[in-house]
Amino acid sequence: MAVLEVHNITKSFGKTVVLKGIDFSLEQGKVLSIIGSSGSGKTTLLRCLTSLETADTGKIMVDDKVVFDSESSVKLTRQEKRENQLKMGLVFQSFNLFPQYNVLDNVMLAQRLAAKEREDYKANKKEILQEIERHSREIINSVGLSEKINNYPCELSGGQQQRVAIARALALNPHILCFDEPTSALDPELTNEVLSVIKSLAARDMTMIIVTHEMTFAKEVSDHVIFMDDGVICEQGTPAQVFENPKHQRLQEFLGSFQK
Amino acid sequence: MFVEVLSALNEGFLKTLELFGLTLAGALPLGLVIAFGSMSRFTPLKALVRTFVWIIRGTPLMLQLMIIYYFPGLIFGNNIWGTGEGGRFIASIAAFVLNYACYFSEIYRGGIQGVSKGQYEAGQVLGMTKTQVFFRVVLLQVIKRILPPISNEVITLVKDTSLARIIAMQEVIWAGQAFMKSDGIIWPLFFTGVYYLIFSGILTLMFGYTEKKLSYFRE
Ligand SMILES: Nc1ncnc2c1ncn2[C@@H]1O[C@H](COP(=O)(O)OP(=O)(O)OP(=O)(O)O)[C@@H](O)[C@H]1O
Ligand SMILES: [Mg+2]
Repeated sequence: MAVLEVHNITKSFGKTVVLKGIDFSLEQGKVLSIIGSSGSGKTTLLRCLTSLETADTGKIMVDDKVVFDSESSVKLTRQEKRENQLKMGLVFQSFNLFPQYNVLDNVMLAQRLAAKEREDYKANKKEILQEIERHSREIINSVGLSEKINNYPCELSGGQQQRVAIARALALNPHILCFDEPTSALDPELTNEVLSVIKSLAARDMTMIIVTHEMTFAKEVSDHVIFMDDGVICEQGTPAQVFENPKHQRLQEFLGSFQK
Repeated sequence: MFVEVLSALNEGFLKTLELFGLTLAGALPLGLVIAFGSMSRFTPLKALVRTFVWIIRGTPLMLQLMIIYYFPGLIFGNNIWGTGEGGRFIASIAAFVLNYACYFSEIYRGGIQGVSKGQYEAGQVLGMTKTQVFFRVVLLQVIKRILPPISNEVITLVKDTSLARIIAMQEVIWAGQAFMKSDGIIWPLFFTGVYYLIFSGILTLMFGYTEKKLSYFRE
């Protein structure tokens, strides 16, 4: 069953047309990699999927429920907007951790704020907060950072910071977790620790969309690969099809540029 | 004699402190309002606010004091500030608040615009509301950024309060000078410097302490 369906997404900034009609779907538990040259619209697509940007046209469905529809004039309540927002997680290239909070608090903050709006919050405050902390510690453990739980972001390496960012996104149980070049701000020796965390998520059947320039990694981890060029999906298929047997000349050139 | 001078200076300094305190109480929040105005997406408002800030920051506070105190009298024929010491005090507060609010607004603007867009976006994708992001994430980062420039301005304000002397507000320098006329002695005037030194010393320590408290994180 498709957990994500994207229909005819277009997006322009002023006169620049960045996305020219994107359609794809993604199955539960699968990993999709998006590759493509700089400026082809990968980040913009992720930002439309995660509501950081509003697409000009198109429709996005998660679990058969519409989360975005440019045709619809229904006004969503704040609660509904947030529910839709939380279906998609996003890990940024530049981590964007909250500098004044330690690792645990970075992971807990959004959960705590959301919990405050639960009806039983007053009555069960203590249990709810304990549960949030237990859950957060467990997730921090799973990205291998239990020893850094009380450290502040400025005390961590880039790779560690990115793992905290992954934990922070995971803690909200997104249906789909998106990554925008999660390792391109990292020194080469730190990329592997982040990539292996993502691989372990793939092994646990997390549904993911990964924009990346790490071709070897994309080949290894993905179930499906999309090659974007100039605002359209130029070619897509299994990693074997895309990487071993590229049909489009643009894709051949693009892959060729990595073989130096 | 010494005791007499001290008690007169104390009284003057109390007025100085009042002017200082009320200026901060008015200018710190007003500065925030002006800062939001100067960042407004409504261009006419933004232009108006920025022009106002430019005028206030581009002219001497002493001149502003005189204009604010004397100008209404010249135009309307009567002094809206009321007569005597009380009127001069209110006029001084008005001038100081306006002047300092403009300086603070520029500091706030720098601080707010300096926080990266990524912080807001991270908050949004985590399902936080704009208000939550501002208060839980952005605010402390802004405070940390603006503390050093704010502390500079506040310490400048300690000394700037003496400018109110120009419209004969009876602050500490005025009190010191009074002894020149009545008793022909000049040391009380010089002695007022001690008050400023001690007070700005205390403020420097306090700001230093707060900055240190916030040094546990870096952006
Ligand atoms: N907010 C914006 N305003 C104007 N133009 C924008 C904006 N965001 C993106 N663009 C333009 O859209 C195009 C696609 O940008 P996008 O960031 O999506 O590319 P990308 O595929 O992620 O590239 P990269 O690999 O370099 O990250 C670029 O030409 C960019 O200049
Ligand atoms: Mg990008």
